[in-house]
Parts: sequence; structure tokens; C-alpha cells
Amino acid sequence: MSTDTHLAGLPATILHDEIVPARAPWLHHVAKGQTLRIVDLEGNQAVDFLVYSAADDAERYCAQNTVAAQGNLFLRAGTTLMSNEGRPMMTITASAVDYHDTIGGACSCESNTLRYGHHTRWQHACVENFLEANLWEGRGKRDIVSNINFFMNVPVEADGSLGIVDGISAPGLSLDLKAEMDVIVVVSNCPQINNPCNAFNPTPVRMIVAA
Amino acid sequence: MTDTLDPSPASALANPLANPLAARDHARAMGGTVVETMPVLPPMATDLPQGVAASDLVWEETIAPGGYSTHLLARGTRLRLIDKQGDACAGLQVWNAAMPTERLNVADTVKVQWNAYLGAGKLLLTDMGRVLFSIVEDGAGTHDCFSGTSNAATNAARYGEGRNSGACPNGRDRFLLGAAKHGLTRRDVHPCINLFKGTRIEEDGTITPLIGPFAPGREVLLRAEMDVIVAIANVPHVLDPRREYTVTPLRVTAWRGPVTLGNDPIRNATPEGLRAFLNVEDYFRR
Repeated sequence: MSTDTHLAGLPATILHDEIVPARAPWLHHVAKGQTLRIVDLEGNQAVDFLVYSAADDAERYCAQNTVAAQGNLFLRAGTTLMSNEGRPMMTITASAVDYHDTIGGACSCESNTLRYGHHTRWQHACVENFLEANLWEGRGKRDIVSNINFFMNVPVEADGSLGIVDGISAPGLSLDLKAEMDVIVVVSNCPQINNPCNAFNPTPVRMIVAA
Repeated sequence: MTDTLDPSPASALANPLANPLAARDHARAMGGTVVETMPVLPPMATDLPQGVAASDLVWEETIAPGGYSTHLLARGTRLRLIDKQGDACAGLQVWNAAMPTERLNVADTVKVQWNAYLGAGKLLLTDMGRVLFSIVEDGAGTHDCFSGTSNAATNAARYGEGRNSGACPNGRDRFLLGAAKHGLTRRDVHPCINLFKGTRIEEDGTITPLIGPFAPGREVLLRAEMDVIVAIANVPHVLDPRREYTVTPLRVTAWRGPVTLGNDPIRNATPEGLRAFLNVEDYFRR
């Protein structure tokens, strides 16, 4: 028996198992029916996440269709990730963290200049990771849409105040996503060091695909 | 031979469009028809704000319920939207006209401004840290950055049908056509904002739609801060609970205006917004 607690409850056949280093991009094809588990190894590590249809990568995750379909901003166990064509792409089948964000978008060199000042322009950012990973499959800047931020906490207050605040994740917590179609998952293991989304300390995450 | 295979002069008279010149006369007789929902060329409006010259008008159109329109607007142009009857919903896609890979980024728009709701003084931001539009005046207060627009699947579920060719066109397919008119494709239609129909976010994340219908004549005034392509789809809000496809005409008026100056109060209202304007000014420093 495996003593690896990160594998608990997954289907028996592990197809892929990889540790994504802090600050790095990751791209992987996940077939319909397979489960992707993302493990927040050290806690409060934002995992910026995009997903494309493998058959037609102009069909991709749509944050607005996803939240409109469920009438709620937060992604939880049971949420279906919807495409820009209104079709289910993946379903969150389990989540040890209560909710995840999909309104905060990805950090970029350019938005960092607005949020923190032009002295941060040189720093690595999620959009750089999304671009780098997508470029290998012929996608580019037009393909970077509003994303998911797993393990990231963005509350909206009654007066409309909104912001990335301290996370609600912890070391070893994970979530599972079941692919509802053949998909390409593109991740940025968020390198942001100017806000609490990574507890100011980007750390590795583990990606496990099982079937 | 039978009569049907040998047209007589009498049957030609019975079909007045049987020759090209008759068809031309028929088509030309339609010219000059005026309806509510149409563009006015050259643009003309009798209700321009004081100080705006009629010669500066660049766009006057009333977009039909379920319709869409697109326009190229120069930096400094003012864009006024009027919900004429209280049930319009203006979905907006915006691109940098010079480089359409740069476009409206709804996530950055709310995140950078630390606020979920659009209103006077708020900015529409690009994915490149720049400002596409400032909201100069807002007589509505019910707008939406979160729920996007309808698509073929949502309209089929609600109205039984949702194609561009049908009676209940969906917002995404309207945007796709609008984008295509500028050489853009499915990859270029990203999350949008909705003006006039709003959402309120509850503490547990629930999205409460604010659908109205509202008082007729509510207005929003935007100011283009870059050269932009704007596509406007006037379709029911995706969370509109009504079973009928309900939407009313949307009036659009635009006129030339000065580029935003260094002492502009919206430009200088917040440190984040100011840096976005600094990025715009840097982009145009050529």
C-alpha cells in the first residue's frame, strides 16, 4: 500500500505525477474522464489555471459563463468549468479548500505596474507563464482569457470592495478536477511576491493525473 | 406547348420585378426609409451636450433589440449610451484598434481598482495595464463585470433557440460577428462588461441580477482613452429570468473630444488609475 497521502482517493492508475517548481508554467493534456489533482504542497500557493478544448483550442475556459451558470462567483466542489461556447470542460469533484477564485485574473508585468508601481515591471508574472506555455502549441496572447486562481481568496464586500487577501488553504490541501472533454490544462504556479496570494513566498505544487 | 412554358406579355406584367431595371427601381424606392433602429448618416443629433459642435459628431445609431454594432473610435472620443425604454443591455467588447491583441480585461478592471462595480470615475482597463475607456458620467448605476453575455447554449435553454439567424440571437454570437467585421475571430471574443443591466454580489458569492426594467432614458457617458474598436451587443442579460426574449432599443452617440489632460480628475483619482494613464501616455509617446 502506498503511504503517499496525496494519492488518497484517486483512481488506481497514475498517468502523470509531477512537482511544478515555484514560479513555473505547466502544460498537460488531460483526456475526457481522467482526474487531475492539484496539491498545494506548502499552503496558500495560488495556482493560475486555464483550460482549452484539445479538439478546438479556440474553445476555452470562460470565467463569466462558469459563474453565470451556477449563479455564484466562487468555485467549489461541484462547480462545472464552462467553455466560451457554453459547454462543460471540467468538473471540480473534490476540494479540501472551501472556495477558489475566478474573478481576480492573472498577474502580469503590466498590471503589476498599476497595482504596485513601475519598479515591479521586471518581475516574473503569471501571464508570462501562460504565454510561454501556450506559445509551444501555437497559441498566443489572444488566447489568454480570464482564468481560475485555485487556492486564492478574493472576497467581494457589501460596498463592492474586492481584493486578494490572505489565503484559506494550508499545506497538503488539494482539489480534484474531472475532465468532461479532452482538454489542455495550462497552469502558472504564481510567482507574485507583492500580495498575500502566495503568502509572499511562491512554493511548488504537485500535479497528479489519474484514471 | 402549354401556357406555363411560354410566358405571355400578361404574365410579365403580373411580375413587375422580372427585369433588372424594374428590380433596381423597386430597391431604390426603399431608400430614405426612416425607422427607430438604424444608423443615421451623416450622424445628426439634436441633444448634444452644450459646447459640442454638430460637426464633431462621429456616430449616431439606435441598435435594435437583439442587434449589435461596432465602431472605430479615436482617442478622446466621447461615447454616450442611452437606454431609451429601460430594458436595453449594452454588452461591450473593446480592443486597442492599433493592436487588437490588447483588449478589455475584466479581471484587471475590477482587481486593479479594488472594486466590483462600475460607475462614474471608473476605468475600463486592458490586459496591458492601460485605459481603454473612462466612465465620465453614469446615470444608471446598474452594471455588470461578472456574468458576461449569453451564448447559443444558454439561449437555447431559456428561449428554445438562440442563433444569429433566429429571433433570439445570443450575445456571444453577436460579438463574434462584430469582431469578424474587424478581421478578428473566435479567439478574440473575451469576457465582456454589461451596461444598464447589473449584478450585485452577496457575501456568500451569490450573483443577484439587477434586471429592471428601469426608467427610460438612463445614460452612460464614456471617454475613449486610446484608439479603440468597440462592439456593442444589445441582447437580454444572461441572468434575465424572463421567459420572453426581452430587450429594448439602445441609442449610441459619439463625438470627437480632447485627449485627457494631465490635470483631469478621473486620471488622477487613484494611484492605480494614474499609473494606467501614464502607461497610455507612454504608449502614444512616439
